[in-house]
Order: sequence, then structure tokens, then C-alpha cells
Amino acid sequence: MSSHPVAGRTADGGGVLAVVRRGWRALAWYVTGVLGESDYPRYVAHLRRVHPDAAVPTAREYWRDRYAEQDANPGARCC
Amino acid sequence: MRSPEHVELVRNNPDLPPVAVIDRRPMTPGKKLIFAVIGLVAAVAWALVAFVRGEAVNGAYFVVAAVGTYVVAYRFYARLIEYKVVRPRDDRATPAEEHENGRDFAPTDRRVLFGHHFAAIAGAGPLVGPVLAAQMGYLPGTLWIIIGAVLAGCVQDYLVLWLSTRRRGRSLGQMIRDEMGRVGGAAGLIGVFVIMIIILAVLALVVVNALAESPWGVFSVGMTIPIALFMGVYLRFIRPGRVSEVSVIGVVLLVLAIVAGGWVADTTWGAEMFTLEPVTVAWLIVGYGFLASVLPVWLLLAPRDYLSTFMKVGTIVLLAIGVLIAQPAVQAPAVSSFAIEGNGPAFAGSLFPFLFITIACGALSGFHALISSGTSPKLVEKESQLRLIGYGGMLTESFVAIMALVTAISIDQHLYFTMNAPGSLTGGDPATAADYVNGLGLGGTPATAADIQGAADAVGEESIVSRTGGAPTLAFGMSQILGSFLGGAGMQAFWYHFAIMFEALFILTTVDAGTRVARFMLSDTLGNLGGPLRKFRDPSWRVGAWICSIVVCGLWGAILLMGVTDPLGGINSLFPLFGIANQLLAAMALALVTVVVVKKGYLKWAWIPAVPLVWDLAVTMTASYQKIFSPEPSLGFWANHNAFREAREAGETSFGTAADTAAMDAVIRNTFLQGTLSIVFALLVLTVALVALWVCVKAIRAGGLPTSEEPDSQSAMFAPSSLVPTDAEREVAAQWTAYYEENPDKLRTGTHA
Repeated sequence: MSSHPVAGRTADGGGVLAVVRRGWRALAWYVTGVLGESDYPRYVAHLRRVHPDAAVPTAREYWRDRYAEQDANPGARCC
Repeated sequence: MRSPEHVELVRNNPDLPPVAVIDRRPMTPGKKLIFAVIGLVAAVAWALVAFVRGEAVNGAYFVVAAVGTYVVAYRFYARLIEYKVVRPRDDRATPAEEHENGRDFAPTDRRVLFGHHFAAIAGAGPLVGPVLAAQMGYLPGTLWIIIGAVLAGCVQDYLVLWLSTRRRGRSLGQMIRDEMGRVGGAAGLIGVFVIMIIILAVLALVVVNALAESPWGVFSVGMTIPIALFMGVYLRFIRPGRVSEVSVIGVVLLVLAIVAGGWVADTTWGAEMFTLEPVTVAWLIVGYGFLASVLPVWLLLAPRDYLSTFMKVGTIVLLAIGVLIAQPAVQAPAVSSFAIEGNGPAFAGSLFPFLFITIACGALSGFHALISSGTSPKLVEKESQLRLIGYGGMLTESFVAIMALVTAISIDQHLYFTMNAPGSLTGGDPATAADYVNGLGLGGTPATAADIQGAADAVGEESIVSRTGGAPTLAFGMSQILGSFLGGAGMQAFWYHFAIMFEALFILTTVDAGTRVARFMLSDTLGNLGGPLRKFRDPSWRVGAWICSIVVCGLWGAILLMGVTDPLGGINSLFPLFGIANQLLAAMALALVTVVVVKKGYLKWAWIPAVPLVWDLAVTMTASYQKIFSPEPSLGFWANHNAFREAREAGETSFGTAADTAAMDAVIRNTFLQGTLSIVFALLVLTVALVALWVCVKAIRAGGLPTSEEPDSQSAMFAPSSLVPTDAEREVAAQWTAYYEENPDKLRTGTHA
């Protein structure tokens, strides 16, 4: 589950290192979210929850399908 | 929790924690104080911008005035719209929750969605328009970018997003058809297509003007193609799904390509190979657009999109920091004589309406309505988050536009006009350009040919004379601002080409994606005509895809070539057409919103979308009228057309800025096309506006009409609405966390507190 670190605020110790680690995780969570990288784990999680019997695609299969879908339904980019 | 008696928790299922928090608590005195202070600071900054004259106006005041206004507008005006028009119901499931499939329908954290939405709406438009509008002085542009965004642009984005979210993420064209019937729908569909074509052509023209005769620019922008191909292959075969990893590699390669561009341009073979005529660059871009629209997405388009997103956010942040650190002094006057007399060299026409046409993106951009309907509505978790995504996203774009304006007005005025006046006025070389700009009566120290050549040398270009289109000017200003604290004068050439590169990257990404979208619109429309054309509906039919791609590239390519070869200077006649097109799309979107608001019976609040609609119609119709009927040849397409035709018929061999009969014929052809397009745009929008009026009258008579809104479905999840969750939202979120801990099988993928 991609539970993100900002709200988690779990007590993973004090110290500068922990703060840096948390900051890095928050950044990674955000960047992968905006770029769409975390879409695959999200899809897998969705499948496991809603269709537990369905076969889970590998990352390779997932991204192939996803780009094929984008091929068929293009989205506009703004000027 | 503070004063819980004003907080209502809504439950759809007694076994589940609340799904919505309705918070009616008044603002705390502390918050009131904060907003009062922000308002006061913004007011002071506004006063400094508006009334202080002379050398002292500091570029940072603009940023403070803008941000202060945004905060107040977001807190108060957007909230009013939320209460009176949107009336979000968080107990209702959004399309993302109701139709969740983990793919295109997926509840997404509001902060991530904000970034996603912003990346989709922001492009080169807010960077280019304000730069051109700077010829009118800094005040009109600043006022319009900020007030226009608050009262028009953000309202449009927010409300279209709302409509689409209540309609399973349907597209703008579909919603116009559903709410306004077939005539309005058909006019909307054709309008969107034609507007798309003109937008692609003008954006491509901006790139051509930035890259022509610039070996450094051509090399580094050209390198983005192999870099994107490499990224595509990497993502498909080497490490699938590692998007951020490959994007970082791509950005590093991109920076290397910019540096290498400097080396290549310095060699004789490099200069020879990559110094290209404008027409050659134009053909290359058309060819590229065609290839990009028929190649598979994974190979070129998707990786470019990742690069573009990375560069977009990075550069905008860099520019914001740059403006705040460098605090450039403003060189432009508050209001220039061109604003009043309408004879500016960058574009013709007086302040009203042409300022509002030139700055479209950043203040009111109809194109956003295409983005706001479709993707984002399928990802949003709660209706109450739409304010952050729609209104907040557009405020951010407005901020980008303000920074572009600050960059342009901090450039020496003589250099600004040297770059932005067409070659027919500047004569094309430093000496004649210096004579021309010194004759404009700009005040300050006159420019010499050596100053102009020195500026070109500083950014590593052969010449900066008549580098129109806005992108070179912005790049020049950015290179001064960033160079002043990052690397000094030695780095100016790097920053200049860095800026050119990211603008070209945005624009080419828009061109790729836009050509593809237009191709699909064309094949859908052809397919729907039936008969043998039905085959076009099959998206996997390659021949159909090729035919449609050729048609689409041919259409925008023809307009592009026309602009490139235009003896009158291309960008100054085409950019207004681009602005008009974009604003007309906004008129269609706002008409749709007004119709729905009236149908829903919120007549008292219909002014919220109607005020920007009426303003926008006034602007675009005046501009169209002047472009069609003005007897002034520099303004009216047909007046110019007739003047040249008469001269040609009288047997003259040169006329105005056209040196020979071929150039005269080109003007006659171009003005005919531009004039025809103006008429088509105006008629399409008038049709949509009249249909909208008719539906509104019908709805008022009937005391409201049903809309195409989807029926309610109950939500079974929770998410905070604001950027920073309130104490009440935190408590509910904690209840959900506890609930999910007890029932791990119920945990949703997108649910974050």
C-alpha cells in the first residue's frame, strides 16, 4: 500500500537523519505520484482488493497496456 | 476539536466512519488577522506597482502583489463560488470512487492531482503572451493577468472541472451537446477542431522563430528527440515503469545537450549544419509533428511528456527564485504609447481588446476547459477538492504569467523592441535596428549597433534583431536574471539556451499531443458520417490514422508556413488569431457553465460565470470585428487584403513592406486566409452563445430544467478538502485509519488523510 509518509508521521526516531529520510520519502511519493510512476502499484493494489482472483500483470505488461491505451485515447496538453 | 457544534459529520453508512465534514465554523481571530495582513501587504505592493513612477519599481513587488491577491481570492471569492454554485457534496461518490478501476478512474491524493493538473494546463502560452503584451507597458498586463485569472480564468477552470466531475469526466464537446443540443454541440465540435489547428500553428511558429538561424538552439532542441527515443526504449525494454529514474537521466542528458550545443555552434561544421532557414525549420517541425502522431506513444510522446513535466516545474521554480533574489528593476513604462495608439510593433491594435487577446493563457485560457474536462475529474477524490485543483491550479498558472511579464519588462526597452519588431521594420541588422528603436521615443539611453550586437554575443547568438515570437525575449530576460546570481555573465549564453530549450520542449510536446488529439477528432467525425467512411472509427486502422495525420499536419503546417514566409512578420498577425481562438473556446466553456447554472435554478448566482462570459464575448467580438472590418490595413485583415490586391491590379511591383510581386501575392493569400478564419471563429462562437442564451431563457421560463448530471451515488471513503487538513478533518481521517487497521481488506488504494 502506498501510504505516504507525510500523514504517517510515525515515530521513526528523532534526529536529523530521520527528518531527511522522511523528507526524501515525501518527495519521492510526490514525484512518482505526479509523473504516474506509482500508478502501477496502485493498480495492483486495486486488483488485489476488488478482484482478488484476477491475474496481476507484471510491470512490463502493465506499462505496455497503458501506453497502448494512451495510443487509443490521446489526452491534450495545454499551450 | 475547536467549537464542534458548528461541525457536521456526514455518514452514509452507520458502520463506517463519516465520509464528509461540513465545517461552518467562523474564522478564528488569528486567521482573520493573517488574512488582513496578507491583504494589506498585497495592497501596498499594488500601490507601489500602480503609482510609483521612475526607476524605483522593483520586479519583486509584482510577485508580492500577485501572491497576496491570489491568497485573498482563493480564500474568499473561490469560497463564495463553492458555497453558491458548486455546492460540493462530499457524501456523493466522485467518478474516481464510483467507477474506480485502478487506471483512468482512480481516487488520487489532492496534492498529487494538483501537480498533475497543473502540469497538464501549463505550457508555453503563459510565458509567451505576457512577453508580447509588455509592449503596452507593465501595468495593463499585470492588472489583466491577476484580475483576469481571479474573476475569469480560475472560474472557468473550476466550474468546467465541476461540470465534468458530475458527468463521469465527460469532455467539453460532449457536455456542450448534452446541455445545449445538437446545433450548439456541432458548432462546439467544429470550433474546438479549428481552434486546435490554429493553436498548433502559432505555437510551432514560436519555435520556428526561436530556432531559425540559431545553430545552438537547433542542435540542443534536436537532441531532445534521440533523448526521448532513448527514454522510451529504456522504459519499455530495460526498466519498465521506472519513470522518475529515466526522467532524471533524461534531464541530465538534456543539460548536456544544451552545453554541447554551445560547442557544436562554435565549430564551422556545426554552424554550417545547424544554421537553418526559417522555412526549413518549419518543414522539419511539420514532419516531426506527423511522425510523433503516428509513432507509438511509448516511443516518443510519453517520454517527452515526462521530460516536459520535470523541466516545467523545475524552470518555473527557478524563475520564481530568480525574480525574488535578483529583484530586477523594471525598465518598461507603466503604460506605453502603443497601448493607446494601437501601433505597437509586436502586435497591432489598441489596449482594448488586444491586450486581453494577447494574454490569454495566464488570465483566461479556453484550452484549459479541454483539460479540465476529461482526465482530472476521473481522479479527484471529493467534490470539495475541486476548488484546490481547478481554481488553485489556474492561480498557479497566472503566477507563471506574472513572472514571464516581470522578466520581459526588466529587459532594456531598446533591446526589447529590437527583438520584437518584425524584420520589415528593423531592417534586420544591428545598425538599422538601432536607428529604428531610437526613433520610437522610448526614453533612456539610445541603443547603438554595438549594444545590440553585444547583447547577441552575450547569449551566444548571431543576432537578436527581430527574433519575434516571445520565446527569445523571455529567454533573453531569463538569462539576465539567472545569470545575475547563477554563474554571472559567462553563464548567460547557457541560460538563454536553457530557456529556449524548455520552451521548445513544452511547445513540441503540445504539438505532438495536439496533433494526435486533432487526428482522433477528425477520424471520429469522419467515422460518424457513416457509409464507407465508417472505417475511420476504428482507431487501429493504420491507413486511416495516416490519412488523418496528414490532413491535420497539412492544415496547421500550411498556416505555419504562411506565418513563416509572411512579408508582414507572421507572429504579429497570427498571434492575435491564436488569442482570439483561445478566448473563443473560453466563451464556449463559460456559456456551457452559465447554461448549467441557470438550468439548476441558481439564477441569482449566474453572474459568476456570466460576468467573465460577457466580458470575454465583448473582447473577442470587438477583436474579431476589428480584424474583419477595420479600414486600417495594419489591423484589418480584409483592409490589408484589398489594399494589396488593388495595388497588384494596378500593376505595382512592390507595396508597403512587400518588396516584389511574389511577396504581394503572399500577403493577399495570407490575409484572405486569416480574414476567413476570423469570420469562421466569430460565427461559431456566436452560434454557441445564441444557443446558450436560448436555453437559458427556456430554463428561466420553466423555472429550471433537468441537466445531464449523473445521479447520486453514495461515497464510502473520506479525504480532506483543503491543502492542509483542518483539525476536524484530521479527526475523521484518524477514525478511517483505525477502521482500515481493523479491516485491512477494505483499504482503498488512493485513500490518504
